[in-house]
Amino acid sequence: MEAIYLYDGTFEGFLTTVFQVFEEKQYKAKIVKPKHYQPDMFVNTSDVVTDMSKAKRVWRSLNLKATKMGANQLRKAFLSEIKGIENVLLRYIIYAYSTESFINIDYSNKDVLRVSQIAQMVGREKHRMEAFVRFKLTKDGYYFAEIEPDFNIIPLIEKHFKDRYADQEWVIYDRKRKYGIHYDLNSVQTVVFENTSYQSAEDVNLLDESEVPYQKLWKDYFDSTNIESRKNMKLHKQHVPKRYWKHLSEKQPS
Amino acid sequence: MSFDRINEKLNILADAAKYDVSCASSGSDRKNKNKGLGNASKMGICHSYTQDGRCVSLLKILLTNHCIFDCAYCVTRKSNDVQRAAFKVQEVVDLTINFYRRNYIEGLFLSSGIFKSADYTMERLVAVAKKLREEENFNGYIHLKSIPGASDELMYEAGLYADRLSVNIEIPTKKGLKLLAPDKKREDFLKPMNKVKNEIVKYTNEKKVLKSTPVYAPAGQSTQMIVGASGESDKDIMYASNFFYKNYKLKRVYYSGYVPISNDSRLPSLGSPVPMLRENRLYQTDWLLRFYGFGVQELLNEQHPNLDIAIDPKLSWALRNLNHFPINVNTADKHLLARVPGLGMQSVYKIVQARKFRSLNWDHLKKIGVALNRARYFLICNSKDYEKRDLTVEQIRSQILQNTSSKYQGYYNNQLSLFN
Repeated sequence: MEAIYLYDGTFEGFLTTVFQVFEEKQYKAKIVKPKHYQPDMFVNTSDVVTDMSKAKRVWRSLNLKATKMGANQLRKAFLSEIKGIENVLLRYIIYAYSTESFINIDYSNKDVLRVSQIAQMVGREKHRMEAFVRFKLTKDGYYFAEIEPDFNIIPLIEKHFKDRYADQEWVIYDRKRKYGIHYDLNSVQTVVFENTSYQSAEDVNLLDESEVPYQKLWKDYFDSTNIESRKNMKLHKQHVPKRYWKHLSEKQPS
Repeated sequence: MSFDRINEKLNILADAAKYDVSCASSGSDRKNKNKGLGNASKMGICHSYTQDGRCVSLLKILLTNHCIFDCAYCVTRKSNDVQRAAFKVQEVVDLTINFYRRNYIEGLFLSSGIFKSADYTMERLVAVAKKLREEENFNGYIHLKSIPGASDELMYEAGLYADRLSVNIEIPTKKGLKLLAPDKKREDFLKPMNKVKNEIVKYTNEKKVLKSTPVYAPAGQSTQMIVGASGESDKDIMYASNFFYKNYKLKRVYYSGYVPISNDSRLPSLGSPVPMLRENRLYQTDWLLRFYGFGVQELLNEQHPNLDIAIDPKLSWALRNLNHFPINVNTADKHLLARVPGLGMQSVYKIVQARKFRSLNWDHLKKIGVALNRARYFLICNSKDYEKRDLTVEQIRSQILQNTSSKYQGYYNNQLSLFN
């Protein structure tokens, strides 16, 4: 009988599930988030309780078995949140443990290629977000940015921003997933705002008085770097897809 | 500070700086020191893109557009009737820091018109960089222009604060330079470039012995050449590039299609199109030299002084050298694979890894991302279905052209008809 594992949607939860799949030898199992699950009376479902120590064991082992690069690709692909990605990852992992050689470079295997391609997509958006985050200085003296990425890339960009903006307090908030990260000059913490208390950076009353003038300087700078006789909007949109424009101050109408 | 006044200056001085195409912020991995502001990203980050599709990575401005020179191709030339402005050192520092803190930019690219003298100008540029590093504890990227003719002492100091230094050659031939920029001598360009090269070599050697040696221009040097302003051939341009890559260890040479800015009879007239496709072919050639193991004389020589506009330079080379093909994708050395049209270095890497596991066929190659419309004439793989006919160069060429679409198509079809 087909087995289904329901997990909490976190990466640790997924790793715990992998542990359980191997323990119970349910290699044909499906791993699903509750929100993607449609009850079916003919299958055997089990709820997985996330266990940090099991997750850690699996993660360490994956780093050895699939190499560090392979393990990082698995994590990135997981953060894509693509429906059904858990099962691609599971097949990849089963394949990794079934052979002697490192497999993360076997691009002729469809799961390996798929994981590497999705990881690449997620990696691209991570890189984009490192570029497209636009901080706004608030009255309280911290820098605030809102993003709406396709993939859940906040865990991937945390280090970049912490290393770079070490001397200013900042918050990056994912409006789609309704959580963010806050750097308080010492460490980075996850923050979740209640819907009622959340004030968007679009509210000008929250901003420092120098904020709007600097946005204008930046937009004017952006406009004056353009060479009209070389205009190429197709290329422009390829580099800065429209879905990101909303939070880019230089792309706002004047 | 008055935002309106700054805004006015910024518009003038950013507009004048935009013809410098380099906006690279890569190649340096300067770390954030003592919980200061910023660091450099080894791979560089483009924070935005202009409507013409160029990367915006740095705050790229001139300190001033006052200039004592009168180079015909330059928008800030002495005789040009444009609005002039100048930034104060502190104004550039404030703009840089405030843009950087908002994650607009990777750092500063500061250039300048030459006012009073080369050294006087260079000194101001160095002063900005020094202030950013020492007073603001800024560790982001700084690109300074080396002013032709600047003294060795100033160039030395510039490298201590900047990540990259560049001096633009602009015109690849001596003859062209004499015609369009009579005030400038080639030696003046080479002098600062040579000083910086020697210091980089010295610092790199010292670093091997003593790890605490400070960094000196970690992202190296670059230059730029204008394409289509002085009637030069592609061979003139690429041989000059090759010379600079070899002798001055440059990180990059940029090619900038000439944007007509004046009615000077020595130059293409206003309204003539920017040679964007030619620029693109030159960049492709540059890449073949730097990453694909090609020698410049293989791609451009006495018989072929100009690149084929309709097809890329690698395909063009392959069609002239059909005797090297087809090669077997499952056994060929990676240097040979890199020479196959339609295979980029990414694909070469993936092929070399993937063929360890199984013999590859067309389907595998397609999934890996090989451009089979070009590659299939030059490859055999684990399949009986390969190109068996003995096609002539012309047949392959026209078949490939038929099966590709390019946004430039109208452009080169027109150009071709000129010769027919």
